[in-house]
Amino acid sequence: MSNDFQRVAQGSDRDFKGRPSLLRLLHIDPWLLLPLLVLCAAGLVVLYSASGESDAMLSAQIRNLLIAGAVLLVSAQFRVEFYRGVAPYIFLVTIALLIAVAFFGVGVKGAQRWLSLGVIRFQPSEIMKVAMPLALAWWLAKRPLPPSAKHLLIAFAMVFIPGLLILQQPDLGTSLLVMASGVAVIYMAGLPWRFILAGAVAGIAAIVPVWQFVLQDYQKQRILTLFDPESDRLGAGWNIIQSKTAIGSGGWSGLGWTEGSQAQLKFLPEGHTDFIIAVLAEEFGFLGVLGLFLLYAAILLRGLRITWTARSTFGRLLAGALVITFFFGLVVNLGMVSGVLPVVGVPLPLVSYGGTAMLSVMSSFGILMAIASERSVTRTDQKEYL
Amino acid sequence: MARQLSEMRNWQQETSLTHNRVMVIGTLMLIVLIALLYRYFSLQVIHHEKYRVQSESNRIGFRLITPTRGVIEDRLGNLVAVNEPSFTLTVSPEGIEDLDRTLETVGQIIDLSGSELEVFRTALKRRRPLSDVPLKYRLDDKERAVLAVNKHRLPGLKIKSALSRYYPYGDLLGHVVGYVGRIGVDDIAPDDEGDYRGLTHIGKIGLEAQYESVLKGRAGRSRVETDARGAELGVIDRELALPGERLELHLDVGLQAVAAKALGDRRGAVVALDATNGGVLAALSNPRYEPNKFVNGISNTDYSLLRDSRDAPLINRVIQGQYPPASTIKPMLGLAGLNLGLIDANTEVKDPGFYTLAGDDRRYRDWILRVRGTGHAPTMKLQESIAQSCDVYFYDLANRMGIDPMAEALKSFGLGAKTGIDLPSEKAGLIPSSDWKREALGESWYGGETLIVGIGQGYSLSTPMQLAAATTVVANRGVAYRPRVVRAVNNEPIAPEILTEVDAPDGHWQTVIDGMVDTVDHVRGTAHGMKRGLSYSVASKTGTSQVVEIAQDAVYNEEELSEYQRNHGWFTAFAPVENPKIVVVVLVENGGGGSAAFPVARQVMDYWFAQNE
Repeated sequence: MSNDFQRVAQGSDRDFKGRPSLLRLLHIDPWLLLPLLVLCAAGLVVLYSASGESDAMLSAQIRNLLIAGAVLLVSAQFRVEFYRGVAPYIFLVTIALLIAVAFFGVGVKGAQRWLSLGVIRFQPSEIMKVAMPLALAWWLAKRPLPPSAKHLLIAFAMVFIPGLLILQQPDLGTSLLVMASGVAVIYMAGLPWRFILAGAVAGIAAIVPVWQFVLQDYQKQRILTLFDPESDRLGAGWNIIQSKTAIGSGGWSGLGWTEGSQAQLKFLPEGHTDFIIAVLAEEFGFLGVLGLFLLYAAILLRGLRITWTARSTFGRLLAGALVITFFFGLVVNLGMVSGVLPVVGVPLPLVSYGGTAMLSVMSSFGILMAIASERSVTRTDQKEYL
Repeated sequence: MARQLSEMRNWQQETSLTHNRVMVIGTLMLIVLIALLYRYFSLQVIHHEKYRVQSESNRIGFRLITPTRGVIEDRLGNLVAVNEPSFTLTVSPEGIEDLDRTLETVGQIIDLSGSELEVFRTALKRRRPLSDVPLKYRLDDKERAVLAVNKHRLPGLKIKSALSRYYPYGDLLGHVVGYVGRIGVDDIAPDDEGDYRGLTHIGKIGLEAQYESVLKGRAGRSRVETDARGAELGVIDRELALPGERLELHLDVGLQAVAAKALGDRRGAVVALDATNGGVLAALSNPRYEPNKFVNGISNTDYSLLRDSRDAPLINRVIQGQYPPASTIKPMLGLAGLNLGLIDANTEVKDPGFYTLAGDDRRYRDWILRVRGTGHAPTMKLQESIAQSCDVYFYDLANRMGIDPMAEALKSFGLGAKTGIDLPSEKAGLIPSSDWKREALGESWYGGETLIVGIGQGYSLSTPMQLAAATTVVANRGVAYRPRVVRAVNNEPIAPEILTEVDAPDGHWQTVIDGMVDTVDHVRGTAHGMKRGLSYSVASKTGTSQVVEIAQDAVYNEEELSEYQRNHGWFTAFAPVENPKIVVVVLVENGGGGSAAFPVARQVMDYWFAQNE
């Protein structure tokens, strides 16, 4: 029924507005695209400096961006109902891949995260960043909101099974992001506030057992050094001390592009990946950081706006979860680099060097745009018929 | 249709539910982003200064520039202490898994002596974490090449180049020039630590220690930009090191070599002074040691060999060897007798070959008694008593003078006190007096002891350098200059300084000097043996200091005594007599007597006049 309704609505939109613009034809939301483009361009500028002016790295990142942009464009073309239809299958396949990683995965630095398919190597955990909100939105949108306790329980099981699979790789950062994306859907679906409160209390109560039994030694060390980086100056505290030094030495306006000594003299580790905002902060100062925050704020705001106006419940749950997931990754990165959160390997979305994370972010923005394109239809539709 | 209706109702409800959730999460996002932004503001603006300084100190390192130590050259410009580029094999123990195996491998490709390994092991224990430990110094070209070829087999090994102190003349000047060594814990007073930052070596002994403050120079420093691994990227600014100053010596390496050759392998000392200014022309102490061994750390084995040797090679006999001056002080006592009016040039003393004090039947024997069974002559005057070294004459003079005036007279020649030469650890010798004996031994003075002091034996002790200074007083007829090894610092001459002055009428000096001339010229003079072929005039005095007490009637028989119990031979001389230029003092330890010493002095003076006339 709803399929028919949409088809009618689309047709009527075309009739009502006359020739649609190219952007609308391509299902591109200009108010989301603009800050994304500015952010990616700014990210390239910072990356060039952070990589030690490496042309190779810059062109590799441009290639990553182009591929990710194409993925965005493609994923914007599908209708929301399509995503709803494929969601459970994608989820199951990704879980299967995660299990495969545990058995046949390729290890890098002691962590088994990659799956190698001949020429391509990829991280199924990254796919899960999109598969998780899709699946949960599918599950929870099927029936009236707020969900019943039974359905909530199943929803949480859907969150924790892949979460634990990723955690044992081990990859704490991605696991947290993936689980957050699932919890975000449950939150959007109307998880009762008393449950959220109880969850918070349980979370605090779980600190001790988690510390004892779940966290690896290196993860504990990262949390400990968060509180006292000087206790291990040359070891685990090094990253935090150096990134805070880089950020702090930037001042109001920074030392200038490619002039940051912390970054250029390699005091700052991972300056081109997870810690890239420290490079930006050092070279462009607080004003640069403020600009970056405004760009992210614009993206988040537009994302929430799309969520607000999404036509279907599924669309709203999915859009909200994608925005919250994006926000969560952003906050974890901004927090860990500035020394308020423990160091987990989470990149700065769209700015840090790397292709895989960019793919999952861009595909989620593609889905957002797909939702947005239906929303605009809905609005005209409403104007016409209400 | 009913199902559809219920869904339509849910649509409204669910929309408001999700809108509510969006509002809440949006507000939360705003709060969190503002909080994070404040975090960045706090780091970047509020605490900017702290992090700016931290970043600066990350980036900028200080490198100390080691100054070049001042070189030392002899009076003719021969370099006696230089800084040579040298290559050192160092070990970073952190980079090595099995140190013993690595050392074994190194030992297979280059020569590693036991003492080198010993020094290395000691340094390994004392090193600071992450610092390199030197394994072998002064690698030659071949060793460097072999090590370079085997580099892949030897991780953790490095070859470092640096300037290293080197003494081209080795042991010949070891006692005078001394050596530098690695700075030890006790070498520097806490106040001076700043001066030694960037320096690795310090003068330990000899001129190197005495002139440390001018030789060492001052370290420069450069501020360099470094990356996280500490690699230098560039120099921001630098303050150049101030090189140490150059020392020019009075010493003549050629003369020193002649002295060393003349003394051969006998223990002893040779001093040659410039009579006109106190400059030390030669200062040799036998046996000698190799100073180059000490520069980068001597092994315990090598060091205990030197330290525990009965021949005491580490002692600089010239200023630290204390021996009874014996008959060499007779000219000074003679002059004192004349000055005090106790004798004149014609005063005669009966010489039966021995002397007795009134009321005491102990015979104080003359050395001649053992040789001839009688005295030098029935009666002796001052001049011939000096020339023939008549003990009886001086027993009599000492007895008349008394111990305290005699001690005073000897001290006026500079004996019994440090000369103040520019070398460390000089010994003062000893001129006994009644006061001294009371204080030091708690006993009163006996008359017989006066006689013994009168021939320079008993408690009397002098260093060769002291006797050289005292002889200079006679040579210059009243004045001696403080002995100086260094003539100039960076071309700035050091002015001669008067050590002591003795006032006496010229006639008195003449009588004494005539006696000293006769030691060579007179047929019965004790050094007449050196007369042959002498092309310049010499005034001299021999001496034989007893090492063991000879009992009252016992006979000194050299054959029966072990080498270390034989008498020491002294010889003091100056030349030319009329216009003295050079003063030479020779001591041959356990050499038997003065006749062992004068051939050494003759060779030294011959060389000097051959070079300087």
